[in-house]
Amino acid sequence: MTDAAIRFERVTKAFGVVRAVDDVSFDLPQGALVTLLGPSGCGKTTTLRLVAGLELPTAGRIEIEGRDVSRLAAAERRIAMVFQSYALFPHMNVLENVAYGLVVGGARRQAAEADATAMLKTLGLEGLGARLPAELSGGQQQRVAVARALVLRPKVLLFDEPLSNLDARLRRRVREDIRDLQKRLGLSVVYVTHDQQEALAVSDLVVVMKDGRIAQKGTPIELYDAPADAFVADFMGEANVLQGEVLSAADGRGCVAIGGVVLDAAMRDHPPGTAALAVRPEAIRLAPPEEPGLPGRVRRAAFLGQTREYEVDTDAGALFVVTPASAEAWAEGAAVACRLERIIPLRA
Amino acid sequence: MGALALGRLALAAGLIGLLLAPWHGVEGGVDALSAWPGGDAAPLLALLLDGSRWWLWPVVGLLGFAAIPLLPGRASGGLLAAVGFALLAFVLLQGHAIGLRGLRWGWLAPLLGAPPAQQALGWGGALVLAAAIGLIAAGLAQRGRFGGDAFIAFLVVGSGALLLLFVFVPLLVILSAAAVEDGHLAPSALAARLAAPEAWSLACVTSHQGCGVVWNTLLLAILAAVSSTLIGLAFALLSARGGVRAQPAFRAMTMLPLITPPFVVSLALIVLFGRTGLVTTALWEWFDIPRSRWIYGLPGVLLAQVLSQAPIAFVLLEGAVRAIGPSLEEAALTMGARRFTVFRTVTWPLLRPAVAACLLLGFVESLADFGNPLVLGGDFDVLSTRIFFAIAGARHEPGRAAALAILLLALTFGAFALQSLWLGRRRYTTVTGKGDAGVPAPLPRGLRLACGSVAWPWMAFTAAVYGIILIGGFVHDIGRGDMEFTWRHILTGFAVEWQDGMAFRGSAWDSLFTTVEVAAISAPITAGLGILLAWLLARQSFPGRGTLEFLTMLSFAIPGTVVGVSYIMAFNEPPIELTGTALILVLCFVFRNLPVGVRGGIAALAQIDKSLDEASATMGAGALQTLRRVVLPLLRPAIVAALAYSFVHAMTAVSAVIFLVSARHNLATVYIVGRVEAGEMALAIAYSTVLIVVMLAVVLGIERLVGRAQIGRRAAPAGNLVA
Repeated sequence: MTDAAIRFERVTKAFGVVRAVDDVSFDLPQGALVTLLGPSGCGKTTTLRLVAGLELPTAGRIEIEGRDVSRLAAAERRIAMVFQSYALFPHMNVLENVAYGLVVGGARRQAAEADATAMLKTLGLEGLGARLPAELSGGQQQRVAVARALVLRPKVLLFDEPLSNLDARLRRRVREDIRDLQKRLGLSVVYVTHDQQEALAVSDLVVVMKDGRIAQKGTPIELYDAPADAFVADFMGEANVLQGEVLSAADGRGCVAIGGVVLDAAMRDHPPGTAALAVRPEAIRLAPPEEPGLPGRVRRAAFLGQTREYEVDTDAGALFVVTPASAEAWAEGAAVACRLERIIPLRA
Repeated sequence: MGALALGRLALAAGLIGLLLAPWHGVEGGVDALSAWPGGDAAPLLALLLDGSRWWLWPVVGLLGFAAIPLLPGRASGGLLAAVGFALLAFVLLQGHAIGLRGLRWGWLAPLLGAPPAQQALGWGGALVLAAAIGLIAAGLAQRGRFGGDAFIAFLVVGSGALLLLFVFVPLLVILSAAAVEDGHLAPSALAARLAAPEAWSLACVTSHQGCGVVWNTLLLAILAAVSSTLIGLAFALLSARGGVRAQPAFRAMTMLPLITPPFVVSLALIVLFGRTGLVTTALWEWFDIPRSRWIYGLPGVLLAQVLSQAPIAFVLLEGAVRAIGPSLEEAALTMGARRFTVFRTVTWPLLRPAVAACLLLGFVESLADFGNPLVLGGDFDVLSTRIFFAIAGARHEPGRAAALAILLLALTFGAFALQSLWLGRRRYTTVTGKGDAGVPAPLPRGLRLACGSVAWPWMAFTAAVYGIILIGGFVHDIGRGDMEFTWRHILTGFAVEWQDGMAFRGSAWDSLFTTVEVAAISAPITAGLGILLAWLLARQSFPGRGTLEFLTMLSFAIPGTVVGVSYIMAFNEPPIELTGTALILVLCFVFRNLPVGVRGGIAALAQIDKSLDEASATMGAGALQTLRRVVLPLLRPAIVAALAYSFVHAMTAVSAVIFLVSARHNLATVYIVGRVEAGEMALAIAYSTVLIVVMLAVVLGIERLVGRAQIGRRAAPAGNLVA
């Protein structure tokens, strides 16, 4: 497969004895957006910096569009990066910031500024060229950073937590903008975030990392519906992880014994035997205690507007449950039956 | 910059050094150059062709060896580096082997026969050495060291070589000189010198004889440190917490010592308290208190040192007091503590690290001070003056001077080691990122009175001292109370006549011109090199970074007197002979003031997010472009501070350069010290006033040109330098 925009082959990056990135391999197809997702310290940012050339790998091989760039410095890789802090040069105005890469690349100032002005227009920033970065709002600064990266027509565009400095309302719009832009221009993008919702919303491919290794990679739906282990299940949205015994599982339905109760639920095929089972909070329905299901008692209940959240004590352990606000409400202390509608068997 | 480009540049420098520039040092300036390409100014090629330097043919061979693969662009890194190393080693070693009296290394006689004498290396030699450095850097970069960036490689290798040559080698020379007796290595002489009674005698405890010079130095340093810290603390508490409306006076008091040559205060003290001084005379005439020479000795030197050190203590401690988050004290108040209890249990413990730092700084500055003990010391000798007289006194005893220098160095390093031990263990951060809306607690009443009773008289005293300096140059004879206005002293020093154009008749013009010239040349070099080194140390990772940082900071800890002695010992004979030139003054200033530029730069870089550098790199800019377009513009305040600092220090320094000046290149401070020794007090004061005015003008000019920045003294914390 030579048409991968980025190819990591068993790449390792060690700082002293610490392996920040440990034996990581993945391919990013042309024009796709891959998200590196994981908690802080998982190696996702180091992986991005390896792509950028800001770190050089200790072992392994990195290709960009079929060319081995493993030993190439950042300046020679023809990538562009949008930094978490945006890294706009405070002593240059917006236009100079955007034209910077063209100017240091040897373009004539007039041509560079014409290109930069056009790019500012594309991103809806016309008229702001003479401002200093400090005079812009957070969202505008973010778009300047994107314009500065795009104006170089990079082979690959890298985003390091681009939304983390924006307020919650803006985040959603900006992430949609980024996704639109990526699709419209057919860019190959690597995107780092620790926010699973953000990852689900924008990605073609998600790589979940833990302790420098890849925990699981796949499409957003694969990762959400079929997480490989408890870590991924919990990280891709919340999950109740229970111990249970699979009695039978075939044709999309299974029979499982949990907390002394036998339950029937949607489930992918799995050999019989004890297993760790994940249940998403929204896949649990609360019913009157006389109905079939895992018996329990509501310990805490909270109303959140669109949803209600419950903590229910059962014989299998505490369950976190999210129900639509339109569903029946339960008071704290009420006895209920928990109906598990979908169960995800996990790798041991 | 690519490695090949650097290699070719180095080659070009080497060729200029070979074909054009005079190979040996040229004495007699421009006149000798007229003999080019023969005589003293002959380039190496001419010397090779006439056969007088036949052993230098390998230089041509090595350059050619590098050129053949380099020009078509096929040079391997290993080859370039090896050629560079060989060239460097060869040129330096042959310079040591064959000196002013012909062959010096006898064991080379079978190979070299009896070569003619050769002088020190000149610009040609320097260019070839620079070419060697360039080739080494290009070779290392080609092999992928320093991230493959030839520019960084050249900076690291070049600055490393310079620091080795001008900081480390002189130190080694002085250390070894202490162990040499009559030209032979004699460890017993070293031991005897280090343990000499002149250093360690305790005679003053039991008899009227003086004590050892080490005890004198220690006593003075401890007294100076404690007094200046206490006075500084009183001012700091008053200024930050006393509710005093005298900020301009406080500011002026902190500014003045920075732009005053260190010994000028001594002159004022003599004028006030000398045998015929103003105060002395008044006391004699009004109260019949007999005239005495008490000012010459420990009391006078101590007063002078405290006068210049207390303001620095004030600046440091005021910063520390203001940095204490008021909410900490408010918290204590809400828990029911009374104001004085709060001060004793909260404020004071938080101040202790700053006070300790201040004490150590005062201690080290006193150890290094040379001007005041020289002018006011009388029979009270300290290490720095004793070192000077061992070199410049009646008997020239370099071995003894070196041993005393080692003792002084040991005291200084001891103090720094103590400081880092202490600071390593405790560091309080009271300024957090969170806003602190509290109001600083006012001082307890008793404490406020105590501070005031120290600060206000001291303020009056300082004003008197600087008042003397201000008017001393413009009255007939301030030393004898003759206060009639006159231009006489200014004219003696700075008369200008019109006689077929301008003629600078005054006796001080020569030294003033040299001083300004040397300061103006060394300041940009210091600032530039300092900022570059700061950038290397803070932003690049490369093998040997720690060593480079150590070498940079080393010169900070070496007292000026030691530097001066080590420079005349290290650079007095071929192959590197610099004594008597203006170049050695420039080099001395550059490497003595470098650490402050580096510290200021590192502190400023810490404020600039590294992602800016990285963003520039991802957009295709190399290290040189990133430095030029992003880092340097953002570092402007630090550059201004470094410029102003190094300029002022080049104009006010005495201790190191008093060993290095010559009849042709005299400096203002040394000239003034000479006037004082000749008893021409008024001329000395007049000259000092002119110096202060020049420095003020330059500092304000630099600030206007490149924006405001504070100047700090030697060890003011970096934060102040970039504020």
